[in-house]
Amino acid sequence: MSLVTDTLIDDRAAASRAADFADVRDYFALLKPRVMSLVIFTALVGLVRAPAELHPVLAFAALLCIAVGAGAAGALNMWWDADIDARMTRTMRRPVPAGRVTPGEALAFGLVLSAGSVLLLGLFVGLLAAALLAFTIFFYAVVYSMWLKRSTPQNIVIGGAAGAFPPMIGWAAVTGSISLEGIVLFLIIFFWTPPHFWALALLKKEDYARAGIPMLPNVAGDGETRKQILIYSFILAPLGVAPALLGFAGLAYGAVATGLGVAFLALAFDIYRRESGAAADAAARRLFAFSILYLFLLFAILLVEPMFG
Amino acid sequence: MSEKPDGIILTEEQRRRRRNRSIALGLVLAALALLFYAVTIVKLGPSIMSRPL
Repeated sequence: MSLVTDTLIDDRAAASRAADFADVRDYFALLKPRVMSLVIFTALVGLVRAPAELHPVLAFAALLCIAVGAGAAGALNMWWDADIDARMTRTMRRPVPAGRVTPGEALAFGLVLSAGSVLLLGLFVGLLAAALLAFTIFFYAVVYSMWLKRSTPQNIVIGGAAGAFPPMIGWAAVTGSISLEGIVLFLIIFFWTPPHFWALALLKKEDYARAGIPMLPNVAGDGETRKQILIYSFILAPLGVAPALLGFAGLAYGAVATGLGVAFLALAFDIYRRESGAAADAAARRLFAFSILYLFLLFAILLVEPMFG
Repeated sequence: MSEKPDGIILTEEQRRRRRNRSIALGLVLAALALLFYAVTIVKLGPSIMSRPL
């Protein structure tokens, strides 16, 4: 047998073995379910707060398409990043680096779900929402994963836009337009992303260094990262209150957003003034954990506020 | 070229996983069919049967 044929059969056998080892949960993991849950939640807020009516069945279908589209972007990201995922403790057990799903399968899975989710969203609710979803997938898979992530410490600043689009897509699914309110929701997530990820990057910089990803602490140092976290927190805190100031959220939202914003700033300042050691790590861990709660509470109040008049 | 490559013999675990994937795919397709049906009814409503031929 020729070497080429041998290699082909070996490759096919290896691919087949890997494919047969994949469980349903591996394909589910390719969709990044934790990111997806945040996407579903924020898109739902966009759907609920938009000033028009959408039939519940269509709203559910739209939400499903947005969730699957976000998941597809996650699968494409895992296909592209399998080499660096294998070098980081946080990501080395993902299906592709662990060898349970072949890169080709992850790519096909991501592409099919991307095309399907965009096409169906366009058919179900409208072209603008579908175009925004397509752009979000492109932005996450190509602009962030393929271009920014490995080339600039501003990767998560610009790439954060991908995670900020879902409420705007939800809004566009209902109204068929982009409005100031949708943009404000976008901006809240956009400016929330850098302090959230940089707090994590301060704790995981060895991991990022091993993978060769130029996160801000690795490139500019911890001091600059802490300063940037504080600057972005100063922008985020007033933006968090903006929905109440602009009149599309109520007093309860305004009060809670103010309190949460002050707490966010206090934790960011705590990171800023602690330069090293266990106390600095603890401060970063606190802000990282609080930032998740912050975004969840802001959007949860936006979601339930209309129910209480 | 006389020897044939050995076929791949799946273990019991691999068989179970393949079966689970098949069932999941079947459920997803069934759910999609239901979704298309529901969306069609919602979008077309009572006029679903009254289209010009």
